Amino acid sequence: MDREVTQMRKPKQSLVVVGNGMAGMRTVEELLKLDRDLYDITVFGAEPHGNYNRIMLSPLLAGDKQVDDIMLHTRAWYADHGITLHAGDPAVKIDRKRRFVHSKKGLEVPYDRLLLATGSSPFIIPIPGHALPGVVGFRDLADVATMLAAAIPAAQAVVIGGGLLGLEAANALQRRGMQVTVVHATASLMNQQLDPPAAALLKAALEDKGLHFRMATQTTHILGSKRVDGVQFADGTILKAELVVMAAGVRPNIALAQSAGLHCERAIVVDDTLQTYDPRIYAVGECVQHRSSTFGLVAPLWDQARVCAGHLAGAGHRRYVQKATPTKLKVTGVDLYSVGDFIGGTGTEELILRDRRSGIYKRLVIAGNRVTGAVLYGDVRDGPWYFDLIEQRTDIGSLRHGLLFGEAYCAQGAAA
Amino acid sequence: MKTVRTTCPYCGVGCGVKATLQGDSKVAIAGDEAHAASRGLLCVKGAALGETVSLEGRLLAPAMVENGVLVDSSWDAALGRVATTFMNIIKEHGPDAVAFYVSGQLLTEDYYIANKLMKGYIGSANIDTNSRLCMSSSVAGHKRAFGEDIVPGCYEDFEVADLVVLVGSNTAWCHPTLFQRILRARTQRPGMKIVVIDPRRTASCELADVHLPIKPGTDVWLFNGLLHYLVREGALDADFVNTHTSGREAALAASLDCADPLFVAEACNVEPQQLLAFYRLFSDTEKVVTAYSQGVNQSSSGTDKVNSIINCHLATNRIGRPGMGPFSLTGQPNAMGGREVGGLANMLAAHMDLDNPVHRDTVQAFWDAPRIASKPGLKAVDLFQAIEAGTVKAVWIIATNPVVSLPDADQVKRALAKCELVVVSDIVLGTDTNAYADVLLPALGWGEKDGTVTNSERCISRQRAFLPAPGAARADWDVLCDVGRRMGFDGFAFDTPAAIFDEHARLSTWRNGGDTRRVFSLAGLDGLTPQDYDQLAPVQWPLGAPRLFGDGVFAHADGKARFIPTVPRLPVHTVDDAYPLALNTGRVRDQWHTMTRTGKSPRLASHVQEPFIDLHPQDALLHGVRAGDLARVSSKWGQMVARVQHGGGMARGAVFIPIHWSGQTASDARVGAVVNPAVDPVSGEPEFKHTPVRIEPFGVRWHGFILSRRVLKLDSVASWTRIQGTQFYRYELAGRNAIDDASAWSRALLGIEDAAADWIDVEDKGSRTYRAAHLVDGVMDACIFIAPTADLPARAWLASLFEAGVLSTPQRMGLLAGRSPEPVADVGPTVCSCFGVGRNTICAAIEQHGLTDVAGVTACVKAGGNCGSCVPEIRQLLAAPASV
Repeated sequence: MDREVTQMRKPKQSLVVVGNGMAGMRTVEELLKLDRDLYDITVFGAEPHGNYNRIMLSPLLAGDKQVDDIMLHTRAWYADHGITLHAGDPAVKIDRKRRFVHSKKGLEVPYDRLLLATGSSPFIIPIPGHALPGVVGFRDLADVATMLAAAIPAAQAVVIGGGLLGLEAANALQRRGMQVTVVHATASLMNQQLDPPAAALLKAALEDKGLHFRMATQTTHILGSKRVDGVQFADGTILKAELVVMAAGVRPNIALAQSAGLHCERAIVVDDTLQTYDPRIYAVGECVQHRSSTFGLVAPLWDQARVCAGHLAGAGHRRYVQKATPTKLKVTGVDLYSVGDFIGGTGTEELILRDRRSGIYKRLVIAGNRVTGAVLYGDVRDGPWYFDLIEQRTDIGSLRHGLLFGEAYCAQGAAA
Repeated sequence: MKTVRTTCPYCGVGCGVKATLQGDSKVAIAGDEAHAASRGLLCVKGAALGETVSLEGRLLAPAMVENGVLVDSSWDAALGRVATTFMNIIKEHGPDAVAFYVSGQLLTEDYYIANKLMKGYIGSANIDTNSRLCMSSSVAGHKRAFGEDIVPGCYEDFEVADLVVLVGSNTAWCHPTLFQRILRARTQRPGMKIVVIDPRRTASCELADVHLPIKPGTDVWLFNGLLHYLVREGALDADFVNTHTSGREAALAASLDCADPLFVAEACNVEPQQLLAFYRLFSDTEKVVTAYSQGVNQSSSGTDKVNSIINCHLATNRIGRPGMGPFSLTGQPNAMGGREVGGLANMLAAHMDLDNPVHRDTVQAFWDAPRIASKPGLKAVDLFQAIEAGTVKAVWIIATNPVVSLPDADQVKRALAKCELVVVSDIVLGTDTNAYADVLLPALGWGEKDGTVTNSERCISRQRAFLPAPGAARADWDVLCDVGRRMGFDGFAFDTPAAIFDEHARLSTWRNGGDTRRVFSLAGLDGLTPQDYDQLAPVQWPLGAPRLFGDGVFAHADGKARFIPTVPRLPVHTVDDAYPLALNTGRVRDQWHTMTRTGKSPRLASHVQEPFIDLHPQDALLHGVRAGDLARVSSKWGQMVARVQHGGGMARGAVFIPIHWSGQTASDARVGAVVNPAVDPVSGEPEFKHTPVRIEPFGVRWHGFILSRRVLKLDSVASWTRIQGTQFYRYELAGRNAIDDASAWSRALLGIEDAAADWIDVEDKGSRTYRAAHLVDGVMDACIFIAPTADLPARAWLASLFEAGVLSTPQRMGLLAGRSPEPVADVGPTVCSCFGVGRNTICAAIEQHGLTDVAGVTACVKAGGNCGSCVPEIRQLLAAPASV
């Protein structure tokens, strides 16, 4: 009887996932929640591991976490769920006509549906010396290993890029005992997330922790013969460095998609269902471009995974809608929170709280009686509340005077 | 810790105070049970005396203006300049070209020397006093009726009376301990009645049996009508009137129209039934005390008002007998002492008269003086007009602040600005008057000075020193004597106040008999040894005579009292279309005069915090002003700005503004500038209680407040008021100019120059809201809150942070929210200053425990249990907690 029933079932379709990272595997998880038997799933990953939490690389680098702590899906998990994992064997070609994926090691796997989750790569600024050993991005476990190998106490490190990732790397290396200088192209750190006053507080706090900064500085050369031993700046000055971390942004990994003839712009273009221009192929994560935006934070990835999984499961009513995404910095003792349109402009108003001695700064951008952005530094407890106000488009007319003092204050006022 | 028995320096009740200087240089204050005037009671002002003796803001060294700049000076140089300039002016322009303007807060000994110097040695009578503004109409009324300035009764009369009529006197607030005595007496004898005659429904009315809200200025109609009623109803004591008085017929004839109660009721704008009920009560009650104060005195017909009251007591022979008599409640601690030494421009000395050659001779002979003034000098208002006109070229102002307190006070500014030499003796450096001084002389304050004062019931008691003289400050008598000697005069070789008092006492008995008999006599108090003087217990003059005139013998030469014909007349300046409201001025419960002393007490500041304009809600509506908003009140003479309120006690057409605020405590709240300078033709007392004014909104762009540990210069702010807090000053602000860079503007205003200062701020440009705080080492230093409306956080919690030391993180976080992160109960505005009990606390207790009387409230939350001045307010809360 069992045998007959099995034979009666439609053969399973094949889902191939290219990219064993957070976006891809989250989509698989969401899919399994909806229908665990719909697909035979095969996963190709460039890295020789299971899936780990990339966001936790800086705590790992800093020594706050171990590799095991940050694993999301171990190899056993794949086995338990009947998923074929080819870790360390990246996909190299997509044959869209025959619907096959070819791997570097020569595997050919047919697909009914293909999910591209190829992620992004650190942007290595193409200046002289950029290929020298000791120049690394900050993207994966291998980068962490490289950095840790160089992280001899008192050795010099230069981090190029004072954004979120660069500062986390710099802080982690500094905690490993290195002398770290952050080189930033503009006058204001984390200029994608912070306004200048908050950035100034951040810089002061990081300087207190022992980090050094070269602001508004361009790096022109990476020096060294066999291995990096310094960097040179546009003004000609030279800084000694045994390690150079490039944290000047990322580039979506789209080469595979492009070679398959999928429509790409800055990244793989997807619609609101995360479908590419090929109806059998979906894409999620940092490799996609949705309504002109690309993505670097984890929250939109989760949303994308949920929507995409729904469509892969044939329950295709979900639509991906971009939302404001809060940013936090994972540096111990530095609390910052940024969300939405934190700069403002014509037609916006701003509410500002400054307490320099306590290292607190809050700035809310208001448009049409609604919060549209928030930058919090030092006291971020109310970040989620502001985020909620932004998302719900709450009319803050009655809250306005208490807004900066937080949700508890406003609730108390309402109760009084 | 030695306890010193002394006398309160505020109102004319003259309560006994026990002051104990404690180890931490704080002064503990208690009522003196042994003092007959108060029997241990103190009002909240008296109880807070300990908070007013700090040296903050004191004038501690002589100073002179040299080349336009005020610089410290030596006594020698300062007094040399005073003496020389006075002498030069006298030499060139005669003695009437100089003047003294002194105060009812001088001690008798100071007053005596000032009077002696001016009248006997300089040879002019140009010495007048702020008592002119206070009770000169009573003086004139007494002299007209009795032949001498005598208060016939004593405080005990209030307790044995069956009817106490309070006329133009908010006794509950202005003479609180006496009011408590009246209330206690009524508690023991519930049949006793209290009638309040006042255009305003004051706190005194809350405890009265009858409130007769007469139209301002119509007291003479009322009492003329009463006189006719008494005659008609047969209440006249014909024997007494025929034997001991004269002028009855003339008095009745002069007021014939007032014989018709309906006419009087209409003139006074009261219900005829209510009027007749009062007349009947007065007529049927033998033991009546009619006590009156500034509502009677401060009027262009003040003297007639006094006499119309005295007429009624003369008609019924209710004078000088227990529980009976007219009673002038004096406003100042030593107005009476000033009257005794003759320190007014129309008196000579020791109740002797300038226009009486025998008296002049008597005084000159006693003093062995080179000269004697022979004609009345200039009374206060005339004096400052003469200064502006240039006929008086030098003035020495002692212990008073005429730029704030005189009517048409801007005229006083003009006068002082023109005056060749302005000398000011004061205890405070920063006053509106001192700004015009050429020479500033530091005086001794209460607790430092030593001498005697006389209260409203002729009781002389000692003000004793228990604090050292601060800085270079000297007693006024000492400085006056020094100047007298420098001017080459004998007769000023005094070393002690005891010696001066002795001379004063001896003058009172000198040739006191026959043609020169005076009731005023300190017989028995002359020849005191320094020890006797030092230990002098409170004593009424004449010794052994708590009441006078009970024998029907008055001070006129024929021994008879006089009925005075009093023809009613309206205030000099009546309301018209341009100035449709009648301004009335007065005191509030917890402040005194221009706040130079009471203003230092946080406790006292918490009762009424800001200057205000009280009027009827209908009038506010009519003139477009709103309660809580600022408004400008202007008259033909000047203008001022304060916050509108509806205290509930105002009749239509009337406006009340308190007198206390000066240029030091508010930007523009000197009501004196608005008050008309009309005076009573007999007494020269100004008509403070009736000035036609108009009111209009004072539009502002923003509202705000500052709490700061320092006094600030806020000239750039359109409207501000300073309120003393505990370890901080609070400023209520309102501005007319736009603020561009709120942060920079606020730092400049608060004087925070250090860019690295611990400065916390919150800015919402869109809603024009700004809040900032400055901390020093984590301790509150200042904060500022600005908003487009007056809807700002409560000040109480922020104020408490000034005593909180280093702020906790929640306190710091809550600072700019203006609210404690933990909810704390809002106690509401202070009702009971003694125990610091707020209105909400009282209302909650009333509700929670179902309280129905004041005693219950006191038992529950203490309020009302000390000085009792808040009892009327508690009663209001008991009556209608929600509506207050």
